Amino acid sequence: MRYAVQAEGLVKHYGETRALDGVDLVVPEGRLLGVLGPNGAGKTTAVRILATLLRADAGHARVGGFDVVKEAHKVRSLIGLTGQYAAVDETLTGVENLVMIGRLLGISRASARRRAEELLARFDLTDAGGRAAKTYSGGMRRRLDLAASLVGRPQVLFLDEPTTGLDPRSRTELWEVVRGLMAEGVTVLLTTQYLQEADELADDIVVFDHGRVIASGTSDELKATTGAQVLQVRPLLGEHLHLVAEVISDVLGDRPDLTGGQATVNIKDPKVVPAIVRRLDDLGVVAAELSLRKSSLDEVFLALTGHRAEEEPAEETSVAEMKDKEEVSA
Amino acid sequence: MTTFTEAAPAAAISNRVGPAAALRHTMTLAWRSLVQIKHNPMELLDLSVQPIMFLLLFTYVFGGAIAGSTSDYLQFSLPGLVVQNMLFATLTTAIGLSTDITKGVFDRLRSLPIARSAPLAGRIVADTLKQVWAFALFVGLGAVLGFRVHTGVAGVLGALALLLAFALAMSWLSVLIGLTASEPEKVQIVAFSLMMPLTFTSNAFVPTKTLPEWLQRWVEVNPVTHLADAVRGLLSGGPVATHATISLIWALGIALVFAPLSLRAFRSRG
Repeated sequence: MRYAVQAEGLVKHYGETRALDGVDLVVPEGRLLGVLGPNGAGKTTAVRILATLLRADAGHARVGGFDVVKEAHKVRSLIGLTGQYAAVDETLTGVENLVMIGRLLGISRASARRRAEELLARFDLTDAGGRAAKTYSGGMRRRLDLAASLVGRPQVLFLDEPTTGLDPRSRTELWEVVRGLMAEGVTVLLTTQYLQEADELADDIVVFDHGRVIASGTSDELKATTGAQVLQVRPLLGEHLHLVAEVISDVLGDRPDLTGGQATVNIKDPKVVPAIVRRLDDLGVVAAELSLRKSSLDEVFLALTGHRAEEEPAEETSVAEMKDKEEVSA
Repeated sequence: MTTFTEAAPAAAISNRVGPAAALRHTMTLAWRSLVQIKHNPMELLDLSVQPIMFLLLFTYVFGGAIAGSTSDYLQFSLPGLVVQNMLFATLTTAIGLSTDITKGVFDRLRSLPIARSAPLAGRIVADTLKQVWAFALFVGLGAVLGFRVHTGVAGVLGALALLLAFALAMSWLSVLIGLTASEPEKVQIVAFSLMMPLTFTSNAFVPTKTLPEWLQRWVEVNPVTHLADAVRGLLSGGPVATHATISLIWALGIALVFAPLSLRAFRSRG
């Protein structure tokens, strides 16, 4: 298998903080790697190293077969980068932003304009193309930013938390775009704090915590590592919930969680399910919903790290802070 | 999926940027800084407000008190105002750079296969053109108010060339401030606290001999004094050579100190 991205032993310090503490990762060509982790886990630092914006203190990385330090210029001609911060010039129009990138990439004025219009159409921005980007909504800006990273038809795309701060509809739209790119064979490295996002898009997932990779595999493999499946039972009549709870406790010796009008419990052995169903039937409890599913990535993350993925909002690192840290390290 | 080398455009095989391409990148990024003016002519007004306001205020408010007549004072102060405005305007480079950094545009540019110097050089080219505009505005509006050029076109062009040379040297300081300030607002604070005292402790607005003696010693060294005198000479007639030489020595010194510092700050970002 050919790897579009290979990183080995990446280390990056910011003063006393170890942003990356020996990270290895690979992304096979044409696949999407989801880098999952809370704020401050080192995801952005890893992307910045791979996108040639930052030098690692130790370790090395190749993108498209080129060394990110020694052959940085070649790497840059293969990649597209969309950061957490919509990196568009707000004073320029949508068209001008894209034409500027096209011209910088050496495309003729006419072709750059054609490419800009093509991308604006694809991202549903044609009508807004002549307006300054500062008038765009957050979702539009993010789409323009993604369009900007596609002007040069990159083979490897880095998406650093592309949906952070977007409303659910914009998020789903962006997912569709990413799926379209995947269909074209683009290799994608996507960082996210949203477990659902990794679950929806990623072929493979690595989980970052405190600058280290603490788990990796497909979504299914990760769910399987925690060993647990989740049983959920929602009785047709709300007052039967306590009966459901009693039956489950009886069979499993574990009290279920009763939030949201349903009983939720982790089970190790799916064979207990028929026993529970029979007991409920004997008691005349009708289940409106009964499901057995693999545990969600959220539960996996909790099992792996001992804390929930979205519980560390205070560690958000702004670009400005990051810059300060880089200066300390310089 | 083809292999990377096959799929990459021919230009991508190279690991460096030729001078022609670097120039093209610079011009594209200079265009980017200037095209805003096309949509939003208010930008041009922003560039012009300070020159117009200062020219009017200094002439009509201080003229009578300092020189006894507004027209005499205009003839004296316009070169000083031109120098002051040029110094303040060098900081637009810092503000633009700092805005790009905080907005992530700088990272986007650095992730592209373009000349490393282009994001800086593009800004400087654009800001230099803005300097030319401000100079033309001063001379034009000054003429309307009664400022007389006694030297001719060569003098005016000479003054412009000297101002631009000094502005280019100062833009290294500006780049350093832009790269190290954590946000554009901080640049404004630096600009104000650096440029105000620097320009006012000179003979830009008042003759040196009216100042306390201890201050005169600094004023005689201050490059703003020499620039203002050189520009006076080039526009109104009078000695030029010594003041211009001292100004250029200052410019060289500033560039020699701040160019390496700026480049170091620039490289440490990537």
